[in-house]
Amino acid sequence: MTNTIADVETADAILLTGTNTTENHPVLSTFIKRAVTKRGAKLIVVDPRKIKLTEFSDQWLRPALGSDVAWINGMMHVIIKEGLHDKTFIEQRTEKFEEVKAVVEKYNPEKVEEITGIPAQSIIDAARTYASAKAGAIVYCMGITQHTSGTDNVKSLANLAMLCGNLGIYGGGVNPLRGQNNVQGACDMGGLPNVFTAYQPVTNDDVRKSLETKWGVTGMSAKPGLTATQMVPKAHDGELKALYVIGENPLVSDPDLNHAEKSLKNLEFLVVQDIFMTETAQLADVVLPSRCFAEKDGTFSNTERRVQRIRKAVEPPGQAKYDWEIICDIATRMGYPMSYNDPKQIMEEIASVTPSYAGITYDRIEEVGIHWPCPNPSHPGTPVLHTQQFPRGKGLFHAIEYQPPAENTDNEYPLYLTTGRVIYHYHTGTMTRKTEGLNERSPESFVEVSKQDADTYGIQDGAMAMVSSRRGKISVRVKISDKAVDGTVFIPFHFAEAAANKLTNAALDPVSKIPEFKVCAIKISKAA
Amino acid sequence: MTFQNKISINGNTFAFEPGETILEVAHRNNIDIPSLCHLKGTTPTGSCQICVVQIAGRPDLATACSTPAENDISVLTESPRVIASRKNTLKTFLASGNHNCAVSDSYGKDWTELQLKVQKDDESKELCPVWGDCRLQDLAYRYQVTGNRERITEFPYKMETVNPFIVRDFSRCILCGRCVKACREIQVNNAIDFNTPEHPSKIIAKDDQALKDSDCVFCGECIQVCPVGALVEKDIRYHVRQWDTRKVRTTCSYCGVGCQMFLHVKDNRIVKVSGVEGVEPNHGSLCVKGRFGFNFVHSQDRLTMPLIKENGKFREASWEEATNLVAEKLKAIKSKNGPDAIGVLTSARVSNEENYIAHKFTRAVLKTNNIDHCARL
Ligand code: SF4
Ligand code: SF4
Ligand code: SF4
Repeated sequence: MTNTIADVETADAILLTGTNTTENHPVLSTFIKRAVTKRGAKLIVVDPRKIKLTEFSDQWLRPALGSDVAWINGMMHVIIKEGLHDKTFIEQRTEKFEEVKAVVEKYNPEKVEEITGIPAQSIIDAARTYASAKAGAIVYCMGITQHTSGTDNVKSLANLAMLCGNLGIYGGGVNPLRGQNNVQGACDMGGLPNVFTAYQPVTNDDVRKSLETKWGVTGMSAKPGLTATQMVPKAHDGELKALYVIGENPLVSDPDLNHAEKSLKNLEFLVVQDIFMTETAQLADVVLPSRCFAEKDGTFSNTERRVQRIRKAVEPPGQAKYDWEIICDIATRMGYPMSYNDPKQIMEEIASVTPSYAGITYDRIEEVGIHWPCPNPSHPGTPVLHTQQFPRGKGLFHAIEYQPPAENTDNEYPLYLTTGRVIYHYHTGTMTRKTEGLNERSPESFVEVSKQDADTYGIQDGAMAMVSSRRGKISVRVKISDKAVDGTVFIPFHFAEAAANKLTNAALDPVSKIPEFKVCAIKISKAA
Repeated sequence: MTFQNKISINGNTFAFEPGETILEVAHRNNIDIPSLCHLKGTTPTGSCQICVVQIAGRPDLATACSTPAENDISVLTESPRVIASRKNTLKTFLASGNHNCAVSDSYGKDWTELQLKVQKDDESKELCPVWGDCRLQDLAYRYQVTGNRERITEFPYKMETVNPFIVRDFSRCILCGRCVKACREIQVNNAIDFNTPEHPSKIIAKDDQALKDSDCVFCGECIQVCPVGALVEKDIRYHVRQWDTRKVRTTCSYCGVGCQMFLHVKDNRIVKVSGVEGVEPNHGSLCVKGRFGFNFVHSQDRLTMPLIKENGKFREASWEEATNLVAEKLKAIKSKNGPDAIGVLTSARVSNEENYIAHKFTRAVLKTNNIDHCARL
């Protein structure tokens, strides 16, 4: 997030899209709800599903799946046409505005209505509301990124925020919500193929040289590595021979699971380090037991870039070890000794090689976490990003055209499927499904369909239905709901036994390599 | 020199900001004015009457939570009149339900009868489930309120136990309204309310239905704010005493909000989770996963030993054997097929320190940049 969680409550208008916040980030959603109920902030929800927050919204726009660039361009069209854009901000802080202006010129509300199904007047109203707010916050999540056009969607939202001068101010910003507890930290710590810690490019010779010196090695690779979604096909083709998986369960979370399973089976050597025997671990050659968060000291970085402590509360079961201990042990056996007394010592090393964490120590975050960038020990941290300038200096506008999703409905597969989560479960369910109460509230997978679609395809509420795509099929219970829009069904992806990702499309966004979980074509029928 | 915005409390003078209540000024200056219904961040109602204070020159006592600080007023927080009023209020509360903790000096006969009745009602063999962890009991002790001499009234509302997380015991509810404020003003889930605004006798969900059939999402904020034993976590009710546990502060391991929480530990097991009040980012709030989703930690299914697959089956192995095998295999593949034939998937679930070590291992030891995690998924 460019801004903080608390800051969202101070916004005058909130544009919320592709996030079912009350289910996925429940406590954060309370800040949004209070902004509306206590401060009278205007909430605009753009979501194909009738999510809970639509009850708090001023306006609810219901776009066709995968049409995000179009409605965002449409809003910009209206804002520019009505002169509601922040000319000073654009002039002083950004560049290439003219290019965007030229592209969005074509996206008049009527054309946008054709693409997105959102009435032209609603686009105009939403544009006015967002642009005329003193501080307008944009909040989004996987509903924006999990598309073949995910990168375009994100850039478009940044365009919109810059257009209205809503970056670098309190109550504004572009705020992606991180789904998993430490996604932010995993990225910050260089758990990405193209960058070291703090997003320092692996291709930068100076950075690489200085890390080699620091770590006492030579010959580190300058070639960006494979993303998770690229590793799977490389394993399939036999180019990737070994995979070391730490605390992930790609066999439920990956798109097109049938293909993913074949690929992992094709590996020469698979190591899985986890707290449970997950679907992925079953396929492994070696399984290593690790501690869970309650058995660990360390830090997580939350979605607002706040580095916070975790503390050991209980002893680990059996011989389970810290993930770092296990890796250090293997490194040592491979001839590169790695050893640390405790996580605190690792954090000291992190601070020494990570500019944005340079000022972070356990002592400083004992009570309250600090927002990075925190470049030195006396720096208070940075709650709001880009207040003076952007990392590259001026903010860059990107002129972006709408592209339809990779897979469209046809006669054989006439419905769209979108996937997501429910409040009672988490990711692939390996943790939440161990709590009986959560299972009682949400025992099994379901397919959420509109009344009309249910009638068309002859399926009944509470009965089982067969849902199939070009890649696979699953049998799930039917839930007729007014949350669903005609023509689109929803399935949560927590449940391995009816894995939604057997259906989803592995088509990737060309830049971010994020799969298009949010759109694929399916058909539905009564279970035999 | 200006005398604006100065208030005297118990003979000492304090500055205040316009709009601050007497309670806020007092708390800011570490003066303890007790209260049962006040909930930070919500609209004060003064309904419990415990926070009454005496203001010089005013005929009536005032509730500190809802009375604004005013220039040059002089406030007493523990005057004999204040204490007498609090005692009376506390007595009324104790008599209003199954508060069988502070009856020790009641007539012996009543004691036994009450005990038996309570045991029958909540199937307990003990006292109130939150004995020793109750604001009302604390205050009864502090003001030496001597027991419950009146017969307690028959309790018309049955306990609700049908949801997996929260037991609602209406016989112990003092109708302070904190749960209602927590649910409506803090979590904004709007699941519960007083049954009638005028003379409430019960906190209801929807049209007086079970929580599980209402808009309740089991965030548990109401349990956390309930000052008495009316709302208790189901699985620890009568199993865990507050003083048997140790609290460890940590960060929630589910979503990216990173709520600050206390793990309450007894005998090396987490028995309860509560939100850390007064700190960012969550100020005490949690959601159902954070508050109730901790059973996985002690699951029988946890992996406890390294496992090596042989002929399609796993067998247990020592750390020595397992890590050696991994090291040898990776070394062999690295020298035969090159570093880029190896990939590492690190995790959005493990700590920064561990991600850093995984990243260093991949770049410096394996010498590849094939490292990623499932953030995209
Ligand atoms: S658990 Fe949460 S939603 Fe349910 S009644 Fe309590 S505060 Fe309201
Ligand atoms: S249930 Fe607890 S918090 Fe709610 S009104 Fe009763 S005593 Fe107060
Ligand atoms: S308590 Fe809920 S909202 Fe808070 S971090 Fe945990 S999962 Fe997220």
